[in-house]
Amino acid sequence: MINFRSIKAIYIFEMSRTFRTLIQSLISPILSTVLYFIVFGTAIGNNINFTNEIPYGAFIVPGLVILTISMQSVNNASFGIFFPKFLGTTYEILSAPISYVEIVIGYVGASATKSFCLGLLILMTSTFFVDLDIKFPILMLCMLLLSCVSFSLLGFIIGIVSDNFEQINFVPMIIITPLVFLGGSFYTIDVLPDFWQTITLFNPIFYLVSGFRYSFFGTGEVNIIISIFSISLFILLCILIIWRIFKTGYKIKT
Amino acid sequence: MQTIIEIKNLRKIYKDNKVALDDVNLNIFKGEIIALLGPNGAGKTTLISNICGISSITSGDIKVNGFDVVDNYREARKCIGIVPQELSFEPFEKVINTVNFSRQLFGKKPDGKYIENLLKKLSLWDKKDQIIRSLSGGMKRRVLIAKALSHEPDVLFLDEPTAGVDVELRKDMWNTIKNLQNSGVTIILTTHYIEEAELMANRIAVINNGKILLIDKKDNLIDRMSKKTLIIHTNSKINKIDKALGKFKLRISNDKKNLEYDYSPNKKKTGITTLLNEIKKTGIELIDVQTKQSNLEQIFVEILKND
Repeated sequence: MINFRSIKAIYIFEMSRTFRTLIQSLISPILSTVLYFIVFGTAIGNNINFTNEIPYGAFIVPGLVILTISMQSVNNASFGIFFPKFLGTTYEILSAPISYVEIVIGYVGASATKSFCLGLLILMTSTFFVDLDIKFPILMLCMLLLSCVSFSLLGFIIGIVSDNFEQINFVPMIIITPLVFLGGSFYTIDVLPDFWQTITLFNPIFYLVSGFRYSFFGTGEVNIIISIFSISLFILLCILIIWRIFKTGYKIKT
Repeated sequence: MQTIIEIKNLRKIYKDNKVALDDVNLNIFKGEIIALLGPNGAGKTTLISNICGISSITSGDIKVNGFDVVDNYREARKCIGIVPQELSFEPFEKVINTVNFSRQLFGKKPDGKYIENLLKKLSLWDKKDQIIRSLSGGMKRRVLIAKALSHEPDVLFLDEPTAGVDVELRKDMWNTIKNLQNSGVTIILTTHYIEEAELMANRIAVINNGKILLIDKKDNLIDRMSKKTLIIHTNSKINKIDKALGKFKLRISNDKKNLEYDYSPNKKKTGITTLLNEIKKTGIELIDVQTKQSNLEQIFVEILKND
């Protein structure tokens, strides 16, 4: 039987951390996104036209949302589990009558919730700069939620395997940011040379951005089914890694 | 007496092949305070970690209140509260929030009245809205106890609760522990302070190199293991022990004025009468005699020396 009360305890405890650091949690990523809109959407974007139907300012909205929520999900989840490790308070979680699945639901759920809310706030902010007409709103919300969950799972893994703050920051800065930038967030891949187009096909973020963009405009660079399949595969892979970590007690149990 | 924790053939081997616990068998009874006494690295914290689920068991069985800590971990862990050695907290959290969090983490419904009573009992109620970071070391230790007791456990593990705290606070902590026992909580205390074990515990288990060397009621242990020394004060300087007294294995004190004789107070014949008669025959004039009892610390040193 699922221990909902324990999950709720972890979830609320993690969410309360967000409220304690509201400016850092919400204002800072929104401000960054606004700057992206001003620079790319308005200043430079008026001279760019990848697709005849979609203005460039609107075109980059899905990519900007993915850029922000991917970074925030990874940061939230990795700090969520790394902080107790750093402070030495994991003893309480490990000695509680709670299963590993429930621990993951608590931490990843809180992280994904924060990122999901942030994603919605960025979308609302974007409406101040561009006319946004979302073609498949339900699909958009589902894709946003899946993205938040998948990156939060990745963040949870990073938080467990990291031994220090430097390692926590390494993956988001060195891996995720380049992958999002090179995953078609700000352009369509047909503007790239053939070689780089082929390389991009190995970038999982490309499928995520394409699927998310499809939910906005009804067109994506790959089939929406392939996008959903890719995200599901990524989530499954993260779950398998987390299952293995808890099974072996790697970096959490002696 | 009803057993609340049953440990059978417990072994814990770390990845570097270090044997931390070696075939440990131990029964802990409901309502008692048992002290696990041992030097640093003896295996005390590992034993607690194995019972509470913080570290994995290599082999053996542990049952808490009849529930296996691996197969039935939910039920077993509900009965346990743990106060770790380190003062580990979320530093910016309020006292009341962290205690409420602990209660709900263990699956218990929020209960404001219980938490209020608990915090009052631990003299923390007036500090409930303070962030933990602002508290003194002693208060932080109390918050850890409040967190451990927040879900009303039957068993409380205290891992070196007075390590590094001043004398006054240590006495305060001992009172708190005694009060907890009076309220029906079984307490397992790890310590390397002999005085603490001697003062607090009903039973004492001596652990070293991952093995329980000895376990007994505190009074039995002192009775069984203790030695007494008869100190015989003389009015002349003794340079050499007379041959007639050789069989008593006497020692001469540093100032050469006293003779010392070790005996076991539990034996029917201590040899004191014979010794005093023999001394009289040698012509040594006695001024005074006194006895000195060995304490738990000397017993502990003796046990470890023989290990």
